[in-house]
Amino acid sequence: MNKGLALQIWESLRRVAIGYTLAAVVGIGGGIAIGTNKLLFRACDPFFQILRTIPPLAWLPIALAAFRQVEPSSIFVIFVTAVWPVLINTAVGVQEVPQDYRNVARVLQLPRLQYFWTILLPSAAPYIFTGMRIAVGLSWLAIVAAEMLTGGVGIGFFIWDSYNSSRMSDLIVALIYVGVVGFVLDKAIYYLGKAVVQSDGT
Amino acid sequence: MELDVGFDGKRENAMAMLNSMDPTLVPTAPPADFLTLTGLTKVYPTPRGPFTVLDGIDLTVAEGEFISIIGHSGCGKSTLLNMVAGFTKPTTGEIRVQSRLVTKPGPDRMVVFQNYSLLPWLTVYDNIDLAVKTVYRDLRKPDRQALVEEHLEMVGLSEAARKKPRQISGGMRQRVAIARALAIRPQVLILDEPFGALDPITREELQDKLLEIWREHRLTVLAITHEIDEAIYLSDRIVMMTNGPAAKIGEIVSVPFPRPRNRQAIAEDPDYYTLRNHLLDFLFHRFALHDED
Repeated sequence: MNKGLALQIWESLRRVAIGYTLAAVVGIGGGIAIGTNKLLFRACDPFFQILRTIPPLAWLPIALAAFRQVEPSSIFVIFVTAVWPVLINTAVGVQEVPQDYRNVARVLQLPRLQYFWTILLPSAAPYIFTGMRIAVGLSWLAIVAAEMLTGGVGIGFFIWDSYNSSRMSDLIVALIYVGVVGFVLDKAIYYLGKAVVQSDGT
Repeated sequence: MELDVGFDGKRENAMAMLNSMDPTLVPTAPPADFLTLTGLTKVYPTPRGPFTVLDGIDLTVAEGEFISIIGHSGCGKSTLLNMVAGFTKPTTGEIRVQSRLVTKPGPDRMVVFQNYSLLPWLTVYDNIDLAVKTVYRDLRKPDRQALVEEHLEMVGLSEAARKKPRQISGGMRQRVAIARALAIRPQVLILDEPFGALDPITREELQDKLLEIWREHRLTVLAITHEIDEAIYLSDRIVMMTNGPAAKIGEIVSVPFPRPRNRQAIAEDPDYYTLRNHLLDFLFHRFALHDED
């Protein structure tokens, strides 16, 4: 049974990993785009502010309708849950590049690409990692809930299944596992951020 | 009219290099004085109508001259400096370095910022190196390295090359900022209250260091300061600004003391008190601060 639980957790983690990675890539890329472009930011921000308040599970039916499969639907729910904090934090981080650093770039006439790598990204990095840390927590919340509804595999399904079969001890063990994994995910991103940002001296 | 014939080959080379690299400085007028500000005004539009910060600034600076600008806060001296640096555009009037019109920031007018503006994620060495490699793109790596190390040594920071700005003191950071500015061989060095945040001892040390470097490199310096004694000790001429809004140059005084200067000798010179009182009188009687900030 323990092996079963580990496998279920692994299955959930795999989905989170895919959805979360997609969200990080799209969120950082999109955040930089809207953070550097005022017009784009003003155009997109109201939509993002509305979209980000939609609860993760509300996306599930539409995802199921669109993909007609459980796997991509769960990944989509993770993605759509995780993308907003990354996107919004990145955009803010990019906008908050201190004027001092911008002035240094201007007086040296730093080329755009070099500005991006040597000033913009290191300066925004703490914001980006804050967003990523919020996102990983939300992803883990969302996957458990989504799997309860979609069934089949995953820790969410395992919990629901334990309840339906009145296996209370399994249920409690599973909850502890979920908590521990969530904690580890959060710390993993925290230390990743610390390693990257601190090597930058920030 | 004076013609610029006094440059040594090295500076001419450096300038040719800067000319070729900087398309914003378009040669338009015949060479005259080194740095000229003509009829500069700065007016900001506000909801309550236009707000005039600076109202007609004319100033001519010779090559190698050390100019200090003093005035109360809010008198627009930072605006003036920002315009020379190219960060803000004058509403009317123009700024020329030699004969080239200033239209945007460029490494020929390098700024030592008030709060140093070092990039905290780069080491001391890399902060200077970033400036050097951005400005002198064609410089080979060993030459670049030599240039960075030379300037680190000049400000006495060879030991701290691998440290991050947050690991060193404020005075050391300021020296890094000065080294970074000098390493790219600017034609005009712009200092925005460079020693404002430092303790008195460090400040005196750095003033001496700056004068030493200034003498060796024959820099043209434009500095903002709050400190009357600092202005007297450092400058050839002191530009006194009237209070804002619509600030102007109230008066320009020459500092007669011979160089190299000695703090003590200056302090004992009777002219020093005359000059100092004159400056104080300007700032605290004729243009005393009444209500603003």
